[in-house]
Amino acid sequence: MALQAIAFYLLAFVTVAAGLLVVSAKNPVHSVLFLITAFFSAAGLFVLLGAEFLAMLLIVVYVGAVAVLFLFVVMMLDIDFEALRDGFAQYLPIGGLVAGVLTIEMIMVAVSVATNGKASANALPNASPGGFSNTEAIGRVLYTDYVFFFQAAGLVLLVAMIGAIVLTLRHKPGVKRQDIGKQVARTPKTGMELVQIKPGEGISE
Amino acid sequence: MIGLPHYLIVAAMLLTIGVFGIFVNRKNIIVILMSIELILLAVNINLVAFSAYLHDVAGQIFAMFVLTVAAAEAAVGLAILVTFFRNRGDIAVDDASMMKG
Repeated sequence: MALQAIAFYLLAFVTVAAGLLVVSAKNPVHSVLFLITAFFSAAGLFVLLGAEFLAMLLIVVYVGAVAVLFLFVVMMLDIDFEALRDGFAQYLPIGGLVAGVLTIEMIMVAVSVATNGKASANALPNASPGGFSNTEAIGRVLYTDYVFFFQAAGLVLLVAMIGAIVLTLRHKPGVKRQDIGKQVARTPKTGMELVQIKPGEGISE
Repeated sequence: MIGLPHYLIVAAMLLTIGVFGIFVNRKNIIVILMSIELILLAVNINLVAFSAYLHDVAGQIFAMFVLTVAAAEAAVGLAILVTFFRNRGDIAVDDASMMKG
């Protein structure tokens, strides 16, 4: 139990600290790397709760796909990031005030819900009810009760993929490409021209 | 003894960090998108914590769908960002007024 508490506080501290560094780092590449750290420690929190499947999903989807996508965009675009930090100090007081008030409110609501709500009846977490493993417990309801939502999620991903391709695809004018039909359709008549050259003169276009 | 309130407090702090990030990085849309990812991660921590302490797996299913939508949102958001950068040459979004909105 003590070991679990140590692991929780360590992971929680790393998650929150990495989150703070994401929004305050000067270099966006560092921001993305701290985002990856935050996702890793959040996956550790999921493992502590017993939700191993979602923990692995978080690492595969976020670290493997989303964070790498961010890293690609940050490194690919030639942007002056210093100029983008202009209003940082200006908005710091109001942002800190809003964040502070929001934190206090949310912690009060969360603690009251957690101590008086339905969830307070169970002292220990159990992410895989019914005696199955976590993955099996998820699979048992995902493909039966939630199958339409599962299909809709697939549709959302398909639309997002097509949308991203359509947004970023562009046809450059002036790029020379091989056109096999044009090559095959070439005849001596279109391919060359016979000219009579008078002595002492060159060919003028 | 680690209970449900501990996880909820971590999620609450992460969510407010995301909101704070949107406040202070108003020009840098890349950091704004990352802040949105942090907010969605906080939502996921809440869903999984409640799922575990209510002994009900539905919360984890919902967290999975949130994960799906977050991935789709990041892909489309970054695609829009790349197109915006091609058209304007920078990504300062606080003076984006091409559509006169």
